[in-house]
Amino acid sequence: MKFADEFRDADLARSLADRIAAEAGDRHWKIMEVCGGHTHTIFKYGIEDLLPANVELVHGPGCPVCVIPMGRLDDGIAVARMPGVIFTCFGDLMRVPGSEGSLLDAKAAGADVRMVYSPLDALKIAQQNPERQVVFYAIGFETTAPSTALTLLRARAEGLRNLFVFCNHVTIIPPMKAILDSPDLRLDGFLGPGHVSTVVGIRPYEFVTRTYGKPVVVVGFEPLDILQGVHMIIRQVLEGRCEVENQYRRVVHDEGNPKALEVLSQVFKLRPHFEWRGLGFVSQSALELRDDFADFDAEKVFTVPGIRVADPKACQCGEVLKGVLKPWECKVFGTACTPETPIGTCMVSSEGACAAYYNFGRYSRARDRERALAGSGDGPVHEIRPVEVRAG
Amino acid sequence: MCLAIPARLVEYVDDERNYGKVELGGVQRRINTSLLVGDDATEPGEYVLVHVGFAMSRISETEAAETLRILEEMGAAYTDEVHQIRQWQS
Repeated sequence: MKFADEFRDADLARSLADRIAAEAGDRHWKIMEVCGGHTHTIFKYGIEDLLPANVELVHGPGCPVCVIPMGRLDDGIAVARMPGVIFTCFGDLMRVPGSEGSLLDAKAAGADVRMVYSPLDALKIAQQNPERQVVFYAIGFETTAPSTALTLLRARAEGLRNLFVFCNHVTIIPPMKAILDSPDLRLDGFLGPGHVSTVVGIRPYEFVTRTYGKPVVVVGFEPLDILQGVHMIIRQVLEGRCEVENQYRRVVHDEGNPKALEVLSQVFKLRPHFEWRGLGFVSQSALELRDDFADFDAEKVFTVPGIRVADPKACQCGEVLKGVLKPWECKVFGTACTPETPIGTCMVSSEGACAAYYNFGRYSRARDRERALAGSGDGPVHEIRPVEVRAG
Repeated sequence: MCLAIPARLVEYVDDERNYGKVELGGVQRRINTSLLVGDDATEPGEYVLVHVGFAMSRISETEAAETLRILEEMGAAYTDEVHQIRQWQS
């Protein structure tokens, strides 16, 4: 695939990783990838195995499915069970456990729950079923929110009266700030979310460099993008710079996409508070529909229970989302909690750190790496492969 | 969720350029193209990034080539250096 395969070159990746190893020296680096899409790439391509043991990638809160608290999902399921409702959502969400089963369970019990690829599919279903109420359970960061906004603008222009949005769109800056304010974690820098940045640009991250003195490099989603981003952060620190840099120039403009920002402000406003799994209530961290879109707002049109539910006690998704705990350090990882029978959100979504660790079988390597770093000596020390010098 | 896929824009299907056809692995799909304005204005034949049925942005061929050039230079410079050290030691 053009614009993907070129950025997956194995030889180039190896030489870049060796260069990182040489420049990283002996110190222990901790770099957080904010976005779940990056977490997915890192595990899919085994990037942690390429990096030296002292360059650690910490997985951040940028998985839109993972951060939805259980109460919010219960509210969605309650709407899905209402007679006459067709409930639509992205596939990632279907198996997330609520306090009384998942959307898939609700579907099995008779609710009309349909998986869609795009909010435009929900719009089409609404047009085809004028006698039914069609609800789209919207999730996602700034990457996805413009598509919901454009769908709603179209629904309004067409005079559609039976499409409703249950809005769970969240914004990336407040959780980054919450993590930076948390005393649990010492980070050297951030790999910034590439696709969120196509919308918001790179300026919103300037507070990270100014207030917290940590470099940010917005990166793409191919293995070489991630490796180059790691290298750029290490260079910044070694050269005494602290900037927001853009590695993903082929897609991200420094100013973002003005049209996307315009439709966002036309349709949404900031919520005063929103609950995040693991982070609790974070102020101004999510979007809701503006008052002139109240007729499309599922939370206003339907009676939503709105009960706050504590996350399951055994599950430590919250700590995993904050990067404080490694997935395999969670008590139920891989035993009670697996992708087939998930307890927490991080094991469901393909962008969740737990699912990524589990599906790509990398947790034993991670454990070895941790032991090697702790110097306990009872695990195999991570091997840094020498550069192969080819003839010619 | 935040995953987006590069696809080639085949054509616009309406005069306002709000919808277009993209080709993805041999399959054509209709997507919303209303975000492809300003710096992201895209002509058929160019590539865009597709996310949940919407083109998010144009992919710049020039910038992609530049990133790859930097990566290749870095790779080559490092390999050369290692090669030199090895020769020097032997």
